[in-house]
Amino acid sequence: MRNLIFFFYKYYTFILFFFLELFSFVVLYQYNNYQKASFLNFTGGISSSFYESINSTTNYFGLRNINDSLLAENATLRSQMMNAYYQSGTTQTSINDTVYKQQYSYISANVVNNSVTKRNNYITIDKGAMHGIEPDMGVISSNGVVGIVTSVSLHFATIRSALNGNTKISCMLKKNNAFGSLEWNGDDPKFSSLKYVNKHVPITSNDEVVTSNYSTLFPEGIPVGQVYAHSLDAGDNFHVIKVNLYTDFSTLKNVYVIKNIFKDEQQILEGNLKGGN
Amino acid sequence: MVIELITYIVRFLLIILIQLLVVNNIELSTYVNPYMYILFVLTIPISMKPWVVVLISFFTGMVMDTFSSTPGLHMAATGFMGYMRGFYLQFSCSKEDFAGRIEPSISKKGIIWYIVYMTILTLLHHVFLFYLEIYSFKEFFRTLWRILSSTFFTVLIITIGQLLFYRNTKT
Repeated sequence: MRNLIFFFYKYYTFILFFFLELFSFVVLYQYNNYQKASFLNFTGGISSSFYESINSTTNYFGLRNINDSLLAENATLRSQMMNAYYQSGTTQTSINDTVYKQQYSYISANVVNNSVTKRNNYITIDKGAMHGIEPDMGVISSNGVVGIVTSVSLHFATIRSALNGNTKISCMLKKNNAFGSLEWNGDDPKFSSLKYVNKHVPITSNDEVVTSNYSTLFPEGIPVGQVYAHSLDAGDNFHVIKVNLYTDFSTLKNVYVIKNIFKDEQQILEGNLKGGN
Repeated sequence: MVIELITYIVRFLLIILIQLLVVNNIELSTYVNPYMYILFVLTIPISMKPWVVVLISFFTGMVMDTFSSTPGLHMAATGFMGYMRGFYLQFSCSKEDFAGRIEPSISKKGIIWYIVYMTILTLLHHVFLFYLEIYSFKEFFRTLWRILSSTFFTVLIITIGQLLFYRNTKT
């Protein structure tokens, strides 16, 4: 017994160190495993409101660029409106449509904190559970895909950006619907790589990459980027594709969070399938 | 004693703010990620009890985690560095250094001792942090380059910071 006490007395620094280290590993592991991230919900409020107050000052420096991008987006949206089209028919019938039902709705948000040079980058936005945002929703900007919502507090949400080792976004080539997975290798924030595209699929530079119809997070056809370079190693089954991302993460200010209204239904159905097997 | 405590708290806040608002925004490349906040742990007086240093470094890491959406990551790395600091000082400092309230600084220990001390502990911290961050040895050499270049910039920034803020420390 005395030896035991002596042992604790002699190594108390190590024991303290050991338990604290254990604690941080548990927190880290839990966070990596479950995207619930209770730690972030606990502390997220503090850091987010800190960044919000910093951001409210620094936002003024970028107002011109924000205005330009919003104007450009307005212009494209306007060109899609009904009154931008020439009416070629003579009669116009209005049907209470049961064929088309809204599947996706969009929530706009401002970026309050962002990074691009870390291995795993996160973005904080100023909308949260109060505005209907939930974990695992897709996020896009006016140019292209941004990332996936990880955790949500009342007024804020954190997004795992596409520039993160754990983010995998299901994508496809626009011209032939060959699908692959968009993963970032941590090198350059302007480029990402598209993996698991089969080698028999023909690829040329400047092919457009868009989100695929397999994803429940994004609507089909949201632009992601362009093929910048591609190669095929001998004996390998998949292309190595470097994608030039449309989204400029370093100047990101406004984003849209996508709410998929049918997502639960689809996932319950697919869950049943797995359970049945 | 109270004045000293206030000095440390102010210094802590300043260093954390500089890390978050200035250094984190140096987005030169994905290979340059300096973490100069460890300066606070590195400049705790040499005579401070090791367990206090361990506690302080875990706390510093926790504060950084809160602001960078990475629970546990900085805490584990900084805690590890704080623990190793005790060993390093034990073998590189004389008895007299442990007697007074000497902070490891250029003016007290000389530039060469200081640079070696900073480089070794920063390297330990960065190795732990960067490999833990990607959680595998899959990108071993790329991560190694990130570690080496980030360590260089961290030491550079820390040395500049030391020259700026710690010049007038009383004897």
